[in-house]
Order: sequence, then C-alpha cells, then structure tokens
Amino acid sequence: MAILQLAVIFAFLAVGELVVWATGTTVPSSIIGMLLLTLCLSARIIKPRHVEGVADFLVANLGFFFVPAGVALMGYFDILADQWLPIVAASALSTVIVLAVTGHFHQISRKYLGKNGISRK
Amino acid sequence: MEFLENSYFLLALTFVVFIGARILARRTGIALLNPILVSVIILIAFLCVTGIPYEKYTAGGSIVEFWLKPAVVALGVPLYRQLSAIRKQLLPIIAAELAGCVAGILSVVVIADLLGASREVVLSLASKSVTTPIAMEVTAAVGGIPPLTAAVVVCVGIFGGMTGFRVMKMTRVKSPMAQGLSLGTAAHALGTSVAIDTGGSRYGAWASLGLTVNGLFTALLTPAILRIFGY
Repeated sequence: MAILQLAVIFAFLAVGELVVWATGTTVPSSIIGMLLLTLCLSARIIKPRHVEGVADFLVANLGFFFVPAGVALMGYFDILADQWLPIVAASALSTVIVLAVTGHFHQISRKYLGKNGISRK
Repeated sequence: MEFLENSYFLLALTFVVFIGARILARRTGIALLNPILVSVIILIAFLCVTGIPYEKYTAGGSIVEFWLKPAVVALGVPLYRQLSAIRKQLLPIIAAELAGCVAGILSVVVIADLLGASREVVLSLASKSVTTPIAMEVTAAVGGIPPLTAAVVVCVGIFGGMTGFRVMKMTRVKSPMAQGLSLGTAAHALGTSVAIDTGGSRYGAWASLGLTVNGLFTALLTPAILRIFGY
C-alpha cells in the first residue's frame, strides 16, 4: 500500500506546513511533521504498516535527495573564497566542543541522576 | 550540445553520478569519498565544463529536492523505533543532548562571528552538527544559505568521524555509551558509521540516538538561540 503510506507522509507534512503558517514559527514544517508522526505512532493512532515501506525507502535514500541542493553551492563560490577561514575554523573547533560537552554531560548525569534519571533501581 | 541542457538528461545524470559515487564509497571505504560530496563535486564540475547554467540544472534537480521535506517527515519512523531506548535513560540523554546542542550552536556562531564571517554565513553554520536534510531546513527557515550548510555539514561529518575517537580520548570521554552518543551528536550519520566500524552495532545505536535527538533539538532551538544573540 505504497500510495497510502505516501498519503500519510504528505498529510503529516501538510499539517506541519499548517502549523508554520498559523504560528509563523521558524521551526521547519518537516520537523513538525516528523514529531507529529512519531507521536501518532507511539499513541497508536496510526500503525507502523501505514507508513513503514515508503518511509524506510525515503530514509534509506536520504542522501540522494540533497545532491541537487548541494549543486546550488556553485552560486556561492565567491563567499567560500572570501570566508573559508571563519567557516573552517568555527566548524572544526565547534565539533571538538560538541564531542567533549555531550560526552561529559552524559557521563556526569548518569553518575548523579542514576541509570533512568529518576532514581537508582 | 543543446541536448545537454535537457532537464530529463540532467536528472538521469544526477542518478547515475550518485549511484556511481555510492559504489565508489562502498568499495573503497574512505570517509572522504562521501557519496554526496563526490556527486556534488562531479556535477558542479560537469556544469562548469559544459557551461550549462545552474537554472537549467534546477529544472530537473528541483524534482529531486522536492522529496527532501517528505524524507525528513519519514525520519519520524526511526525516531519512533528508538523511543523505548530513549525512555530507559531519559534524563541523561536529554541533559547530554541539550548541552551538546546548545554548545554546538553557540560555539560555532561566536567563533565565526569573531573571525569576521558575514551574517548569512553565521546563520548557515548554526545547524552544522546535524544531519543534512534537517540542517538545510533549519538554515532555510532562519534565512541562511542552504547549499553552504550542506557542504559544511558533510565536511563536519568527515572531520568528526576521523578525529572523534582521538578528541574523546584527549578530553577523557570514556564510557562507550557517551562516546557513541557524542559521535552521533557532533558528526551525524558519518560519525555514526565510524562508531559502527570501530565499536560495533551497540555504539551505532547510541550514535544514531545522538544524531536523531540532536537533530530534533537543533531544529527546535536554533531559531530561539539565534534570536537571543540578536541574529
């Protein structure tokens, strides 16, 4: 039932678009649709088989969908030539910071909050 | 030569180049030969050599790009499958992801700003740690340059994947769970694949958890954090 699965995915995207239109939020409509889909799946409002086949296909080939978007980079060579240093330095340093901060916060919070975060069982 | 501007030809070429790049990546296993990066470079080179304007390419390309948003919605399915793992360690995961997400956005924005990056570039870098489709959506929503974000995200993934374990050894991130989580948080799918190669599927599960939760937090928090900093 690929057509039903497609319908479900586009319905959630449409609801996401509606939320963006109604609230003016800068959170992407696709993210809102993704969250609502997860919520409806865990609340058993829709069953996994209503989305699974098409959703797995889309996720497995995610890489392909942003190749044309990446090709648009050819319009921004001047910015790259001009600002490569802040781009490279900020991205590399920030990546090191994310690795250290995430790891330490996880180690520390597991120590003090216990395994499931509420109490040590 | 005029045939080369046919949008169906360019569309078919995009498929062929991507499939070729994916085979190359699988055969060689070299992180630098990321299929997206290689496809983008080959296609840009092709357009430059033949002199086909970008506008002609997007006529076909936008049909592929159209699927980006529904594909992000579809990420709700793997997120649903991970919910039980998230519930088991809810607070440590939320604490670690919140800290990593905010630290990542703040540090890249502040450093790029100090080094003199323009407003557009700073906005494009804010979401650099998360998986490309989410990062591009965030950049588009806050008014940056999505293709620049795509290029930076892939490079961050390669850098994080290659240096991740060394950085964590130096900064004493020791627990395997924390290591997997950090790799996914900082270097999205590329970090996740490195985590699987090095530590097996258990690391991979933690890394994909980091990738998903940070993607979510970054999408939700980036606009607010940028607003606080006056962007």
